[in-house]
Amino acid sequence: MVPFKVKITVNRYNLYYGNFRALREVSVQIPANSITAIIGPSGCGKSTFLRTFNRMNELIAGVRVDGEVRMDDQDIFTSDVVELRRRVGMVFQRPNPFPKSIFDNVAYGPRAHGLKDRAKLAEIVERSLQDAALWDEVKDDLRKSGLALSGGQQQRLCIARALAVQPEVLLMDEPASALDPIATLKIEELIQTLKTKYTIVIVTHNMQQAARASDHTAFFMMDEERAGMLVEFGPTKQLFTSPQDQRTEDYITGRFG
Amino acid sequence: MKPSEIVPGGAALMEAAENTEPQSQSIAWKRASLAGRRRVQGVAFSLLWLAGLITIAALAVIVIFVCVRGIGEINFAFLTTPPRGGLSGEGGMSTTIVTTLLLVVVTIVIAAPLGVGAAIYLAEYAAENRGVRGVIPFLVSIARTGVETLAGVPSIIFGLFGYALFVVVMHFGFSILSGALAGACLILPVIIRTTEETLYTVPRSYREGSLALGATKWQTIWNVVLPTALPGIITGIVLSVGRIISETAVFYVTLGGSHNMPTSLLDPGRTMALHLFYLATDTNAFEKAMATGVILIISTILINLIINTISRRLTKVRG
Repeated sequence: MVPFKVKITVNRYNLYYGNFRALREVSVQIPANSITAIIGPSGCGKSTFLRTFNRMNELIAGVRVDGEVRMDDQDIFTSDVVELRRRVGMVFQRPNPFPKSIFDNVAYGPRAHGLKDRAKLAEIVERSLQDAALWDEVKDDLRKSGLALSGGQQQRLCIARALAVQPEVLLMDEPASALDPIATLKIEELIQTLKTKYTIVIVTHNMQQAARASDHTAFFMMDEERAGMLVEFGPTKQLFTSPQDQRTEDYITGRFG
Repeated sequence: MKPSEIVPGGAALMEAAENTEPQSQSIAWKRASLAGRRRVQGVAFSLLWLAGLITIAALAVIVIFVCVRGIGEINFAFLTTPPRGGLSGEGGMSTTIVTTLLLVVVTIVIAAPLGVGAAIYLAEYAAENRGVRGVIPFLVSIARTGVETLAGVPSIIFGLFGYALFVVVMHFGFSILSGALAGACLILPVIIRTTEETLYTVPRSYREGSLALGATKWQTIWNVVLPTALPGIITGIVLSVGRIISETAVFYVTLGGSHNMPTSLLDPGRTMALHLFYLATDTNAFEKAMATGVILIISTILINLIINTISRRLTKVRG
């Protein structure tokens, strides 16, 4: 038994690019309404693992998976991918607002899911921007292009855009790696406020960030065949202060990676 | 953790950085080679400048020659009266302007949806099949090679094909419809190629962002990819408009060459370029041919300006 409410269960999950195994036998349980950080050296499959949860890996030709991934006891590979991606939002490494206005960026998801009512859209846009801590900075000019914002604002716009479809899970792929320290801090604060409503999984190669901002941490690294594997998973405090695995200790004390 | 250990080995790095002194001995050879590099750069710039100058001069000479010979014939009556035909080339060019406009519109209406649609298929759907074996990937690779080959086929081939198929077999006769269909075949490769290239330049991150929000592939293409690619697609269509206006071979064998005002798509006609060709080869009115050339040049420039403005405005709204 685990001491938390489980949102996502991964059981003996493997991912292959053609004949190359990129993830090997990953089993982990992602806790609900908390922040789970995925850390590990470059190329260990952190991002690939994250992109499993909204099935973005399927966009790459030749990708094959086996094993089990369940969200709320529902197999994600047999559920409808469009509905899955509505429930599992994603924020990317580089801010990627559409070349549209701020309003249209945030309204994009709800519109794609069929919402046409102007007043309802305006309400969603305002609430999402507020939740993403961007509303006060942009409320006077929602017609402005999303690309005209600063990098940090663009990333918060992308978070607002993801929140607008009311997801249950929010995946973040190194969301602050392209930002300056102040913008990074803002994003981290924001993530803390979001965890009451959402299950957050964040990939980072910044260990301070993982230590500061997460409740649980999963440490990945490559095995001898260069396949990514989960070495250790646990409460962040425990993983950083008394790691159970020698390799985890070597990594967090900076001996490799 | 002690402060000095926040960055492993940091203290040693700082020490090394502070002890570094500029190496002044090695500067001399750098100065010597700098003069040589400046000279090479000077020569390269001059050659490039000369190449640009020659190109612009050649273009200017052509335009000036045509204008000087033709400008005297251009007046309001020349633009508004129909050609009278005959060896002397009497009359104006009004009907050929109308025919050209009509032909351009019909051709684009036929070719643009087909070409853009084919390009979307090739870039967004067929690209998934790259490196995969099977019947559909094989057909796609043939289609792709076909498009590339068609772009290099001499236009008279399209003309003869159009004559055989549209004029004769399909009984459209020498008509604007036949000409437009043959013209569409001519410009399809241009539209497909430019649209496809533009679609590839739309960042992958836009597509991923849209799909990750639960938009379908088609919603992603329609709402994000196509609007982003629109200026490029319009550019491809403008290039095609220019191609239709300047084309003669295709329309020589499909359009019929009548200088009467067309009243339906099944009427024959002659475009401005074709009119120029007839005036220059069948009549003594060389000045009138040149005057037609001036109008052709002006309309080409105008079309480019108009569409560039539209395209820039579209970019501004989005960007």
